[in-house]
Amino acid sequence: MATVDVLPETAAVHWRRRVDAGQLRVRGRLWTLTMAAHVIPFAGAATLLLSLQPLALPVALVCLAHAWIIPELYAQRGANVLRPPRRMGGHEAPAAGPEQRSVGLLGDLVGHEARELHARTGLLVEPGSLGTWIVGESGAVLLHGRRRPRAYCYCVKVDPRRSGARELPSGDRIAHLLLALRSDEQGFATVANLAFAGATWRLRRRMGKPTRAALKAALAPIDTRSSGAP
Amino acid sequence: MSRLIRMDHTGHSTLAEWTPEDPAAVEAAVTAFRAELDRGYLAMVSTGPGHAEHVRELPVYAELVILRLPIAGG
Repeated sequence: MATVDVLPETAAVHWRRRVDAGQLRVRGRLWTLTMAAHVIPFAGAATLLLSLQPLALPVALVCLAHAWIIPELYAQRGANVLRPPRRMGGHEAPAAGPEQRSVGLLGDLVGHEARELHARTGLLVEPGSLGTWIVGESGAVLLHGRRRPRAYCYCVKVDPRRSGARELPSGDRIAHLLLALRSDEQGFATVANLAFAGATWRLRRRMGKPTRAALKAALAPIDTRSSGAP
Repeated sequence: MSRLIRMDHTGHSTLAEWTPEDPAAVEAAVTAFRAELDRGYLAMVSTGPGHAEHVRELPVYAELVILRLPIAGG
């Protein structure tokens, strides 16, 4: 059987360095620095304005609002990767039959717990060597790090330029990502576009209720390990 | 019975079924497999819990071979 270890799609992004644990840490720190670069100037300006002229309170409040809104917008961008795509532009939602068939195939690829979680949230939780993944229809979130895991939110989906890609039912979309992830996890993270990296609590605040349940399920094994429970 | 399936708008379509002892069925499956690869599909085989492999030739002894489209960053 002629097998291929590296995800073939990585050839389309040959200029990117293959993602590994070290690179994830560096990218995570860069995201933290970027957030600090957004927040500190605005918060500093607000403090300075108030200390120089208390009547400048409204302007100081605008500065503080910017310091709060910009990181929230980034976190929202991260949470959006797990939202089901809007089916627009004449591409109607797949009928119930294909949807059920696709979910049935997806169910064959995963265990009972994952099937149950997918039924509740529309998302899958998949353990990997880089961390725990939450896989949706058009994106995936990697929880990397043992004690305080950081969330890496990736935009990745079935290539929409391919014929038939837009008509795929939701279960098949997830199965595409799951199979690619399982065959080459680092390649999967290399092909995907990083939309956000940050603390899981920042992501949780921007998620809907069902997706929060998937995040909780993904964090559970990490919490167990970090607390030293058997 | 081994199956070659393609994920598509119907959920999935079974393109071929074969047993290794049936050369004609294997030949038909290989032909279907190559035709889908030529159309740009990628073939995947599950190799245990949480693991899958991309294959370029039909693994005759695999129970299930799944054809998927390439993925891309969004």
